[in-house]
Amino acid sequence: MAVAAPAAGHGHHVHPKRAAMNRVGLWLFFFSESIVFALLAMTRFYLKGIEIDKVDQALGLGITIILLASSVSAFTAETAIEHDRRTLASWGLFITIALGVLFAFGVAFEWYTAEFTKDSAFGTAFFTMTGMHAFHVISGVFMLGLVWAQLLRGRYSSKDHWPFSGIVMYWHFVDIVWVFFYPALYLVSTPK
Amino acid sequence: MYAATSVAGGLGTGLISFYIGIAITAALRAAFGYNAWDTDLNVTIGFVFGLIGWIMGIGAWGSWGREWFGMKTYARKAPGWQRYFTFCTDHKVIGIQYLVTFMIIFFMAGLLAMGIRTQLAQSDSTFLSNGQYNAVMSMHGIMMVAVAVAAVIGGFGNYAVPIMIGADDMAFPRLNALSFWLVPVTAVTLLTTPFLGGLDHGWTAYPPLSVFTNSSQTLFDLAIITFGLSSILSGLNFIVTIIYMRAPGMTWGKLPIFVWAMFTTAWLALLYTQGFAVALFMIVLSRVAGLSFFDAAKGGDPILYQHVFWFYSHPAVYIMVLPGLGVFLEVITHFSRKPLFAYKYAVGGFMGILGLSGVVWAHHMFTSGMPNYLHGPILVTTEMISIPTGLVFLSALGTIWMGKLWLRAPMLFALAVLVNFACGGVTGIFLADVPTDIHLHDTYFVVAHFHYTIVGGEIFALFAGIYFWFPKMTGRMYNERLAQIHFWWMFIAFNVTFFTMHWPGIEGMNRRISTYPHSLQAVNLFISISAFSLGASFIPFIWNMLYSWARGPVAGPNPWRARTLEWQVSSPPPLENFPTPPVVRDHPYDYGVPGSVHGLFPNAGAPAPAPAGGGGGGQ
Ligand SMILES: [Cu+2]
Repeated sequence: MAVAAPAAGHGHHVHPKRAAMNRVGLWLFFFSESIVFALLAMTRFYLKGIEIDKVDQALGLGITIILLASSVSAFTAETAIEHDRRTLASWGLFITIALGVLFAFGVAFEWYTAEFTKDSAFGTAFFTMTGMHAFHVISGVFMLGLVWAQLLRGRYSSKDHWPFSGIVMYWHFVDIVWVFFYPALYLVSTPK
Repeated sequence: MYAATSVAGGLGTGLISFYIGIAITAALRAAFGYNAWDTDLNVTIGFVFGLIGWIMGIGAWGSWGREWFGMKTYARKAPGWQRYFTFCTDHKVIGIQYLVTFMIIFFMAGLLAMGIRTQLAQSDSTFLSNGQYNAVMSMHGIMMVAVAVAAVIGGFGNYAVPIMIGADDMAFPRLNALSFWLVPVTAVTLLTTPFLGGLDHGWTAYPPLSVFTNSSQTLFDLAIITFGLSSILSGLNFIVTIIYMRAPGMTWGKLPIFVWAMFTTAWLALLYTQGFAVALFMIVLSRVAGLSFFDAAKGGDPILYQHVFWFYSHPAVYIMVLPGLGVFLEVITHFSRKPLFAYKYAVGGFMGILGLSGVVWAHHMFTSGMPNYLHGPILVTTEMISIPTGLVFLSALGTIWMGKLWLRAPMLFALAVLVNFACGGVTGIFLADVPTDIHLHDTYFVVAHFHYTIVGGEIFALFAGIYFWFPKMTGRMYNERLAQIHFWWMFIAFNVTFFTMHWPGIEGMNRRISTYPHSLQAVNLFISISAFSLGASFIPFIWNMLYSWARGPVAGPNPWRARTLEWQVSSPPPLENFPTPPVVRDHPYDYGVPGSVHGLFPNAGAPAPAPAGGGGGGQ
């Protein structure tokens, strides 16, 4: 939503600092979102300390690697469009979307096979945190899809790629959230 | 008719999407072998669909959504008053949309207060059943909280801030329109809660009650999360606007004080609103997905809710009061015809409040069973907030001191803020101190205290702002005699009502309960009668506004001979505000300083029609 936010008010002139305003606006949106994630993480520590129930460590590590890799492909795509290399940008977006979908399936699988239940404190925290994060991943995939569809139809160039950059920034943000959530849910102690 | 098609389009797509969401949920539930109807879950999914449908239908699709799919955007170009019913991105239209919407909500919530006082006029009254009383009390609370959070920010913030800093609009005009059009959803959703059983937990929605009660709770959660989204987005918009859209020469040290207040408030909204949203989100998850955040038997903890909730809801007090204090200082300096005293200290006061407000939330929880070691530190931080607040007061007092006070309605309301907010501050000390709070917690003393701070502080400032900017917004002058009647009536009735209310509080009369001991009968009857009088005091106001908007005398660009930029353009200002871009030279409040000019219009050839300053008072 915030990604597509900008564009000048009445269209007949563009504010000279428009690019900076867009970026700062998006950063403020991330700042605000990170408080949502931080509150959820605090909830987890408030209810359960650093205790961990039986989580699937191999799966957790796997989806983490997938998500980190998707940030690399997203970065590649953005750098490519900045140099007008459209084919590379398109492949970068495609790989990012594919890895994002893979990550979401990984979370779904973890939910399906989890040995703890939702009506325990750890389960409550785990499902809420991973669910909220997965919601952001899925909405990111959706927005990446919109950008990809327009890229394929010839939009965006080195001079005009704000929505492209905006969604890639969003993707990095979602990735960084997971960098905090992964240890909070999988690594802070050894499961009993 | 643009207005009708716009609103009908929004309502149509909204309702259709709502039912589609419900149908999809029911179908999926049936497909997976569950009972197709689960009120909480189906309504939640339906709400999300309906919200998107409404926003797109009211105009976001045409002027925004189409862009995401690579199509050309368009905007409804409605003429005249019909703009107010479209997805209009003009900040002045949005400001008035906010102001009128919240005045309507204010009066509806005020009528509910009359219902509360009718019930409490007698100790054994049967005017309302217990359930009805809970619903009326809760609705009064949450609607007034919404008014307090958004009326000044959304109304004056949107209307005045861009003009005061010399900008043509907000930084993200479409985001601004989106922020406003989320509000009717919140209002309508709250108003439908009685159909699902009615709220019964006050505006705070503490679990476990809010998890186990009827499904109106889910509507409440969704409405407030939506409202929170609106607050956060408009906070973001104000921050970027104030950083990037200031006119040449409008340095941080020359920013009008109301803009400073809005800047700090915007940060508060951006940083803390998530607390309320996340707290209510956890309740939704507990209700629709059976998660156990607050169920002690399953490892949860109800106190968790209070921490997260008050993490927002104490700073919310400042989200309400800071813009009010901004209007207050703004009016004080214009009507004292003197430079604003200790401008930098007032700004520092706003900053100090911004900094401290995040570390005091647990003063609402002294009796809730949180760890004892938190009591001392929270007591100290809470009392420390009086230091930055004191700086703001100092600024006001120093400005009034030896000034030539021009006692028109805006100034009277601003002076009343000084009196009322001081009373609210003094009674706050007893609630911040743990030993006295343990006695006073959850009594009418608390009710009196927060009505003194929020109504006495912010709502009086809201009326100061309405009278102050009315000529700018409408181009017409209000009737001064009616305004003065409104002021004295409201000021006296307010103080009689709420000052008296401390007494039953000290006697231990519990808030939020529909009955009370018979011994408190007389004082409650007295409070009820003065509350009815307070309610009636708005009749001259409403008449004055409606009549003057239509028939009032033409006000001219600068009836107050004020120096800030919004008074240097016509009333109401043209689209995009400034025919020629302004340049700022001197401080906005240099009344009586020879040769000082705040706003210049170099391309227009002549300096702004700024007042000479000095003793411009007298009527
Ligand atoms: Cu508080």
